[in-house]
Formats: sequence, C-alpha cells, structure tokens
Amino acid sequence: MTTTKSSRPTPDATLARIRKRCGEGFFSVSSHLDNLRLHVPPEKLVELTTRLRDEFGFHLTELGGADYLGYPGRSSASHRFEVHYVLLNYETAERLILKTGVSDPDPVLPTLVPVWAGADWLEREVFDMYGIVFQGHPDLRRILMPEDFRSFPLRKDYPLRGRGERHNFERVTREDS
Amino acid sequence: MAVTQKPFELPGKSGKSSSGVFAPEGTIITSLDAVVNWCRKNSLWPMPFATACCGIELMAVGSSRFDIARFGAEVMRFSPRQCDLMIVAGRVVMKMMPVLQRIWLQMPEPKYAISMGACASSGGIFDTYAVVQGVDRFIPIDVYIPGCPPRPESILRAVMDMQSKVQKGGSTLGTQGLPELRQMEEQLIQIRARNTLPGIATERSDESRFGYRLPGGESLVGRSETL
Repeated sequence: MTTTKSSRPTPDATLARIRKRCGEGFFSVSSHLDNLRLHVPPEKLVELTTRLRDEFGFHLTELGGADYLGYPGRSSASHRFEVHYVLLNYETAERLILKTGVSDPDPVLPTLVPVWAGADWLEREVFDMYGIVFQGHPDLRRILMPEDFRSFPLRKDYPLRGRGERHNFERVTREDS
Repeated sequence: MAVTQKPFELPGKSGKSSSGVFAPEGTIITSLDAVVNWCRKNSLWPMPFATACCGIELMAVGSSRFDIARFGAEVMRFSPRQCDLMIVAGRVVMKMMPVLQRIWLQMPEPKYAISMGACASSGGIFDTYAVVQGVDRFIPIDVYIPGCPPRPESILRAVMDMQSKVQKGGSTLGTQGLPELRQMEEQLIQIRARNTLPGIATERSDESRFGYRLPGGESLVGRSETL
C-alpha cells in the first residue's frame, strides 16, 4: 500500500491565513492534536463566520452545546455554557472549530441561520436541551421534547431522572376503557 | 364439558334430577361463556405497538420458523379498531405515552394487553427523564414477558398464557376484563384516591441543589410512585 502525501494545509497555515485576512486579537486559540479551535466572543460570531464562508469556503458540519456547571478545573470566571461550531472546507479538507461562551441567567447568542441555513434544526436542538436562545432564529421551537415540556434536560442542574414529568399522565384503568 | 358415548338423560330444571329428555349421541354440553372464550382465545388479533428492538423479535415470531399462526394470532393489524390484543414491544417515552393510551382506548372490547420486554415492563436500563418506567402504570397489562429482548419462544409462551387467561376469565357480554386484573384495578383505584406526594423521592431530593427554579413548581405524583 502506498501512502499519498496529503495536500491538506496544516492547522498553523490555516490559522496564519485567518489572522492575515480577518485580523487578530478578538479571538483566542487552543489546539488538540490537529484540532484548531478559535474562542470567539458572541458579538463577533456572525461577522467572522460570514467571512469564513465567503473568503475561506468553510461549511458548517456540526453544531452543539455543552454545560460546564461544576466542571472540575474550570475557573469560575469562564462561561457556564459553550456552543461549538465545527467547520469544514470540502475542497482543501481544512477543519476549524469555533467556540462561543454564554452564561446564566439569560443565555442569548446570535443565530447562524442567515449564514448557513443548515444551522436551523441544530440550533433548535441546542435550545431544546440547554435553553440557549438564538436571537434572530426564524422558528425557535422545541424539536425533540414535547411542546409543553418546561425544563432543559441536558443542563447539569436538571436531575437525571427528571422531575416526575415522565409520570405525569392519567392512569387508564379497565373501568375507563 | 362432557362428550356422550351413548344417549343420556339431560338434567332437569331446578330441584328435579331427571327431565325425561335424552340427548342424542355425540352431543357436547357446555356453557355459552366457555364456547365464546374458546373462540376468542384462538383468534387473537394483535396490535403490534413496536417501538424498539423487541419489535424485531415480534416480527420473527410472525415468520415461518416460530409461526404465531399456530396459536391463531397471526393477523397483525395496524389499526387499533380491528385488534383485541395489544403487544407493547419496546420502550415508551413520555412523548409516546399519550399516543399509546389513545390507541388502547380506540381498541374495541374485549381487549387484552401484553407488555413485552424489560423496557415496556419496567423501563429497563433507560432510567432517564423521558422514559416511562413501565407501561403498566398507565394502561392495564395482562401478561408480562421478561427478557432484553425476549426470545420468540417467550412470546409464544405469553400468547399461550394469554389464551388460558381468556379461557378462564371473561364472559360473553362482560367488559370487565379478567378476574385477577379486576382485583388489581380496584387496588389501583383506591391508591389513586389517596393523597399525592412530591415527584422527587427523598433519596434524591438534593438534585435541585444548584438552586434551579422548578418551572411550574414541584411535580406531584400518586403514592404508588414511591411505594
């Protein structure tokens, strides 16, 4: 088996291009193996993603949330929730992860639906599970849980077994049916 | 039930031991209930409420290797209006429970229910906020099948158990269900009339330790939740 040398740009090269075109200072960088992560403040998110789409050819492949309440080793100054956006350039196979923090009691982020329409249902799922409101989303309803559900089940302060919602139904007995 | 070998005298009306009427050869004497139940038990029409991997085993039971048709229950109908045996196969989540109850109510009498597998009977390994911990909390169940998922033989066993219950219980016009179940129902109705308790059991009451405000207040459930 022959190994072909990949023409994929290294994360350092990608980062250098982004710094050159978009400027620097408004985001911080971390990395793990070949993962390149940019930590972006919410107010810069739409501007940066629009440029990444138009000038760098990135597409959105995944969008998700995390709740870091009580996470070991995490400083109290950092945000409680994080939303991550995994971007991929289909032609050069560059990958890029954007992360944005947001905190209680009013977690609000700008929506990315105008940038990538595919973010629609993914943002609805993050809203459903964590209660993070995406401002400007065209149709921010629950997507998985029932519409009359009131909690956000993947928050760390929500009990694993729920608050009895799963058993708040009427019993149908033989007499009733 | 008695099959005559030779002509015999039918019993008389109340108080009389002989009627003077002789039954012809080959006559069967039985009660109407027994005949009707015999017909019912050998043509159960299942409603497959298959939500998970148990449904695959249920399909295997319908196939030629196991062949549920040997017990007269091969007519799987996907309309509850045409069924009299509901087989709940798989886990039921809180979004599905109202659907299950509605389908159960749509089935015509007489009707029976089998809870198939660990998840339908008790929630199984899925002890999470969304999964109902046993469908028998909300609809009346006649026969339970253990297993994860149960072997097809277990399902045939359950169908046979169901048949013997149908033969023993019920009446021609009765809509009360089987005697054992009726007793359980009466207990349930008594429990329902009792007071309710908080939805969070005492051993996990500290789960709201982060001070998250409970939307709509703490939930209340029947006493059987913590019995």
